[in-house]
Amino acid sequence: MTPRPALDVPAILKEAGLTALVMLGLTVGLVGFRIPDGIGASALETRFGAVAMACGLAFAGRIALILLREKRPRRVLFASTAYAVVVALAQAAPVLFSPAATERWITLRPFDSAVVNGMTVVLAAAFALRAAWMEWRHRRFPGIKERDKAMDAMGARVQRATHFFGPALLLVAVILPFLPMVDRRLLDIAVLVVTYIMLGWGLNIVVGLAGLLDLGYVAFYAVGAYSFALLAINFDLGFWICLPLAGMLAATAGILLGFPVLRLRGDYLAIVTLGFGEIIRIILLNWYQFTGGPDGISGIPKPTFFGLEFKRSASDGGETFHQFFDLTYSPVDKIVFIYYVILGLALITNSFSLRIRKLPVGRAWEALREDEIACRSLGINATNTKLTAFAIGAMFGGIAGSFFATRQGFISPESFTFIESAVILAIVVLGGFGSQIGVVIAAILLIGLPEIFRELQDFRMLTFGGAMVLIMVWRPAGLLAHRTPSIRLSDRGGEP
Amino acid sequence: MLRISGVHTFYGNIEALRGIDIEVNEGEIVTLIGANGAGKSTLLMTVCGNPRATHGTVTFEGRDITRAPTHDIIRLGIAQSPEGRRIFPHMTVMENLQMGAVTADPAHFDEDLERAFSLFPILADRRSQRGGTLSGGEQQMLAIARALMSRPRLLLLDEPSLGLAPMVVKKIFEIINEINEQRGITVFLVEQNAYHALRLAHRAYVMVTGKITLTGSGADLLADPEVRAAYLEGGHG
Repeated sequence: MTPRPALDVPAILKEAGLTALVMLGLTVGLVGFRIPDGIGASALETRFGAVAMACGLAFAGRIALILLREKRPRRVLFASTAYAVVVALAQAAPVLFSPAATERWITLRPFDSAVVNGMTVVLAAAFALRAAWMEWRHRRFPGIKERDKAMDAMGARVQRATHFFGPALLLVAVILPFLPMVDRRLLDIAVLVVTYIMLGWGLNIVVGLAGLLDLGYVAFYAVGAYSFALLAINFDLGFWICLPLAGMLAATAGILLGFPVLRLRGDYLAIVTLGFGEIIRIILLNWYQFTGGPDGISGIPKPTFFGLEFKRSASDGGETFHQFFDLTYSPVDKIVFIYYVILGLALITNSFSLRIRKLPVGRAWEALREDEIACRSLGINATNTKLTAFAIGAMFGGIAGSFFATRQGFISPESFTFIESAVILAIVVLGGFGSQIGVVIAAILLIGLPEIFRELQDFRMLTFGGAMVLIMVWRPAGLLAHRTPSIRLSDRGGEP
Repeated sequence: MLRISGVHTFYGNIEALRGIDIEVNEGEIVTLIGANGAGKSTLLMTVCGNPRATHGTVTFEGRDITRAPTHDIIRLGIAQSPEGRRIFPHMTVMENLQMGAVTADPAHFDEDLERAFSLFPILADRRSQRGGTLSGGEQQMLAIARALMSRPRLLLLDEPSLGLAPMVVKKIFEIINEINEQRGITVFLVEQNAYHALRLAHRAYVMVTGKITLTGSGADLLADPEVRAAYLEGGHG
């Protein structure tokens, strides 16, 4: 650090004194004299104490500003924090302390008016924050570049750690229903989180690998859910038959969307996909004869375990799970089963995207994200490559959608609003484009924590937003934005 | 091998190419030189079908490719190393080369890789490094190596010397010569570095604002006073 020049104290005092003088001029007439309210009061009241206080604060505030300007935040930090805390406590004393203590605290209030005191506290807090920011940045992080580098290194370390961490997480996920502290509520949250992990992984194929910003992913989720619900109700098909059908229908929807939008890139693509998501939702809402419109579809069958139902008593002639295995009936069994279904589906999605990255088409997706022109010059059919990405991403969205339908037993267009797309996209973006484990972490953060802290009500959304802002400031490319090569050196490129 | 006849290409209303006739014969190195904005890169891209020629025809080995989609043109045996290298910065050298081989038969990938590494030994050392972390010269080598992975018969090179140090430029041109002589790959080279490009070329064309103004052997053009005045004086030597 370069030695700093000494402060020019007389000049500072002069500048601050001048400010105080201006303050005096402003306040002496307006604040210093007051005609008391009420009839019969005639004497002029003087409040020179308040004027003096205002001038004193202006003097101190000016000095604080000068010190900040001269990049000497420490004293400002301490002084303004102390001021803010003391005045805030003095103001809040009647609520916080005993009446006797309140007596003493109240004398520390600079002004009579709570509003004015509050304003000075806010100002002091602003000074403190500014000073803290300056102090912190200068001490710990010399520059944004270095900070980014450090964060990248951390991301890479975490990424390497996933070799051990990933299987451990998987193990926890597998034995989760049998852990002692896991109750029904937690299991429900786990099902929700894993659903979003699957959606995140599905969207990651489109956004993370192929680099196509899709703001309407929920459309495929909806197509899958409605496909399953309508097939199951109208044709009496079971969950396991409908699942691939729903996936295929969603993939078809993906291709249908893909065709017109392939020429678009970046923001334009995002807008069109956003529109597509809304179109699907509005069709579902208005095509009353087919989809039930806003009433939705209810009575969607639950998944069965090789034909065994999870009910207290079997419907017409069938057998239930607990009867077949000679267990006592427990309603949690069903949730455990549903949890394993979604876990299985999510893991299929994951291993699929991990595998496809190493295949030519997966690598072409990544290359397309990096440089479309280069891809074309290498003879890659950009149109088809994008279409496959859309279709496959949509397929997994659709499968997750059918799971959603079977789990809820009831679906309506309300479940498929834009905010769902936004949350799924947020999971992918926060996780770090293309990072599988990042999606898991982001889904736990974004879905799991708000659910667990549901008691905190509105504050959880506030923290949600705050966390997003912080991540965008610190990790603009996402939590784990470190790309692992699809081949390692030892492979020597021996794959076909 | 490649015949461009009477090609006009437009960007909107702007006529970038105004009737170009160029022929590239098998086994040749043909160079196209010209100033910035003359339309050199546009011509190479027109050959690849993006943008397409409005008038005129492009034929490759007797086949009309004027209206063919880009990916089909590349699959016929043309490879392009585009302007500004355009390697994939976040992918490793190895992955970049694999991307080059997408149109090729996977059976001879190992062999092609070996040949690429023998041509550019530095890439073998860098194979697990990300493309974006390579130096400019290495990136250019990677771009050429990547283009060669598809086993092209015609290699289109767009300003391989762009932004490189003179030593590296020299090296790159040596390698281009090697590709042509030892592998028998026809090279169509677009360059601003007229001195090196003309020395290398069997034949050359000079392009000015969308038209071919001069043509001849590389040595002839190198000696041509007009060319010397416009493209060579005040440098190189």
